[in-house]
Amino acid sequence: MNAPGKLVAVELRYALEDLYARYVKCLDDAAFDAWPEFFTEDCRYTIRSRENHDRGYPLALLDFESRGMLKDRVFGITQTLYHQPYHQRHVVGPLLVCPGDDGSITVEASYAVFRTKQNELSEVFNVGRYVDVVVEDAGALKFREKRCIYDGALIPNSLIYPI
Amino acid sequence: MNAPDKLADGAAAVWNTGRESRVPYRVYTDEEIYKRELERLFYAGHWCYVGLAAEIPNHGDFKRTFIGERQVIMVRDADGGINVVENRCAHRGVVFCQQNFGNAKDFTCPYHQWNYDLKGNLTGLPFRRGVRVKCEDGSAKVNGGMPADFKLEDNGLAKLKVAVKGGVVFASFDHAVEDLDSYLGEVKPWFERAFGEGRDGRGLKILGYSRQRIPGNWKLMQENIKDPYHPGLLHTWFVTFGLWRADQRSEMVTDRHGRHGAMVGYRNSGGRADVTQGVSSFKEHMKLQDERVLDVVPEAWWNGPTACMQTIFPSLIIQHNVNSVSTRQIIPLGPNAFDFVWTHFGFADEPEEMTRRRLRQANLFGPAGYVSADDGEVVELSQDGFLQREGGNTVCELDGTGTGGAPHNVTETLIRGMYAYYRKVMEL
Repeated sequence: MNAPGKLVAVELRYALEDLYARYVKCLDDAAFDAWPEFFTEDCRYTIRSRENHDRGYPLALLDFESRGMLKDRVFGITQTLYHQPYHQRHVVGPLLVCPGDDGSITVEASYAVFRTKQNELSEVFNVGRYVDVVVEDAGALKFREKRCIYDGALIPNSLIYPI
Repeated sequence: MNAPDKLADGAAAVWNTGRESRVPYRVYTDEEIYKRELERLFYAGHWCYVGLAAEIPNHGDFKRTFIGERQVIMVRDADGGINVVENRCAHRGVVFCQQNFGNAKDFTCPYHQWNYDLKGNLTGLPFRRGVRVKCEDGSAKVNGGMPADFKLEDNGLAKLKVAVKGGVVFASFDHAVEDLDSYLGEVKPWFERAFGEGRDGRGLKILGYSRQRIPGNWKLMQENIKDPYHPGLLHTWFVTFGLWRADQRSEMVTDRHGRHGAMVGYRNSGGRADVTQGVSSFKEHMKLQDERVLDVVPEAWWNGPTACMQTIFPSLIIQHNVNSVSTRQIIPLGPNAFDFVWTHFGFADEPEEMTRRRLRQANLFGPAGYVSADDGEVVELSQDGFLQREGGNTVCELDGTGTGGAPHNVTETLIRGMYAYYRKVMEL
């Protein structure tokens, strides 16, 4: 944890704000082919319930260990998984930025995802927090880890697109 | 049966098709039929799944869950035994336990502090003997108190009959239910293959839970896992990677009543074959960028088959598909929805690498899984169709109209068998 009062450089904070803004726009625009590019090659991406997280159970809804697995998921959601199409809208809260000693940055932020199906009202779909590790990779900030920890254990039927 | 019964138009009017191969849409949507299902299938005559013994390893550990719509608590007592009691205080009906998991010395209702031991016996309550007060004239008297003939032993929690087999805990509100082995009947060997001591007696290691609320009738999920015809059509991953398809060696097993099922399959190598012709979900050129998700390692206990999907009527599905194993509990919520709770597990003494493999393969299953998310979606769409207007029925006539097992997977026989049994018990 960052010591209270220790300031994060303004440029870094802006760069992170920009990263998150671009990340959620990618998902909300359903530009899924661009999604794996936000991650490092050896990334870790999980969507895991708060229940499993708090009780120390490793099971996640999605548990990916490389950018390749993210690309496989994109193929899955665009080519193989039958589902009723829906729009996502992410709202991300303030970033809690904690630079580590090794140059990586831990970022934690609340998120809410709304789902809008065709001919349906918008609904709260998934609410939780990101616990991420961001690193500089070839001159750009990328996620080495992105752990989505959702509060409500129940998924409203299915979860198809990334959070 | 003491349920209010308003199916006034009679069984013949409800099951107007006259045969189990054609299920009237009404049985998926009707409130009165649903109430009768709760009474006859979930609360009487049947065993329901409540959990795994490994979820409550220590004295006092408990888990809250549901049988039908009733909340129950599975708890391990000081003797190491597992009890299941209803989460409902005998005094005013308070649903006193508000944690899904925990550890307790005893249970106390918050309202008037009625206290129960871990077997559900009432051990005491405040002011049972009244409150002693001094009167103005110096004498003493006792105010209140329970009647002299009030007996603690007559006022415990509702205690369920419990059976634990291979670390799987079942319970029933019906103390006259047949013993579990007899209940499992002809699918017992498949149950024991997954859990029995015949395998090697190892303990289970809980990996975690997935929970989803599916807006469809609960029976549709029983049907989904009694339907070996859809996986090779709906699920691209199954057909493309040869995990489950119409040309593989397989066997459909059911019990003498037709209520339980086991779909047993042997994975083949995948690739092009006649069976993939015209199957739009087959993707010839599909290749994984990272193949670790399908890094299958055969395990000794499989004893051949790479998959065995069991349906233990009415509330449980047992999944073995390659290295991913789980229980899936069906919790009905009215005729039009159910909660589906997955408990993934491994084995206590396995290497970390094998646990990691199971967790990777878990990407195929659950509410987001490559071969499961779409099951929830199509169940919802079936229900939407049922609700669209009155009338109509399913057509489950692949491989004829008979019931019983089958030596292949191009069949809907297990679904017909379940409904033949259902009609008998439901008197429809």
